[in-house]
Amino acid sequence: MGAVPIHWFLLLAAALFSIGAVGFLLRRNLLVLLMSIELMLNAVNLTLVAFNRVHVANHDGQIMSFFIIAIAAAEAAVGLAIVLAFFRLRKSVRSDEAHVLRN
Amino acid sequence: MQSLELIFFIVCAIVTIGGGLITIGSRMPIRSAMGLLTTIFGIAGCYLLLAAELLAAIQIIVYAGAVVILFIFVVMLLGSAAVSPRDAGSGVPRYIGAVTFLASAIGALSFVLYRPAPAAPAIDGAVAEAATKAAVKLPALPEGFGTIEKLGHEIFTQKIVPFELTATLLLVAVVGAMAVARGKQHDPTRQLKDEAGAADADSNAEEAT
Repeated sequence: MGAVPIHWFLLLAAALFSIGAVGFLLRRNLLVLLMSIELMLNAVNLTLVAFNRVHVANHDGQIMSFFIIAIAAAEAAVGLAIVLAFFRLRKSVRSDEAHVLRN
Repeated sequence: MQSLELIFFIVCAIVTIGGGLITIGSRMPIRSAMGLLTTIFGIAGCYLLLAAELLAAIQIIVYAGAVVILFIFVVMLLGSAAVSPRDAGSGVPRYIGAVTFLASAIGALSFVLYRPAPAAPAIDGAVAEAATKAAVKLPALPEGFGTIEKLGHEIFTQKIVPFELTATLLLVAVVGAMAVARGKQHDPTRQLKDEAGAADADSNAEEAT
């Protein structure tokens, strides 16, 4: 154990978080936006587990990512329900169709 | 053994990053969902390397088994409307936002990586070297770290309140998702109910007289 330095995992998580954030800012398909959020949550989970590997006295990081996975599942369910309701309203899943409050 | 771990990490990293790029880059949402699935498997491999067996299993079960399937269900429900035309075009502000984020992320990362080392307190050279080595080397794993027994024992003894709150949150999310996704519908039994209610009111009135 321990052939891979811990900061490689942190760099991987940073790269994944950046990919998710750039996707969230660039895309306008609501489904892809939700998937980008999932990518960012996964990157944070990876960071927590990597730090837990350094501090092995307890499982705090792993338990926290356990809860984050549960909350991400709930968020995906509610988010997709909102996408469905939005599609019923606008017949589209583009995020810039949501302009009722503009002006 | 060590080089095997290294190769496994590199494969997982490539799978993770490639899946993420597919997720945000492809025009079809179904391909994005497949990219997300690839990323999730790569991260589960990283969890295995970090001695988090239970989390790797949960990652596969919850994400690949539930979240991605949910995404695919919605994509198939929407059909061709899920592919939005002219995606990621003609939006100068969003490009500015993305470039600003990337620049600040790279800047912060290079600051953390290449900043000058803080002045070490004057201690014996050998002690400092040993301390550095201990900081870089990963600590030895305790018996059963990250297994179901240890993690479950810790959750159910110390973190029981957040655990139950998470269960409540999931229940609320399920009810809320159903309420939001169903929307307003025409209820075919409503007219019958109204007629029955009117009939009841009539009969009540007759009884009263």
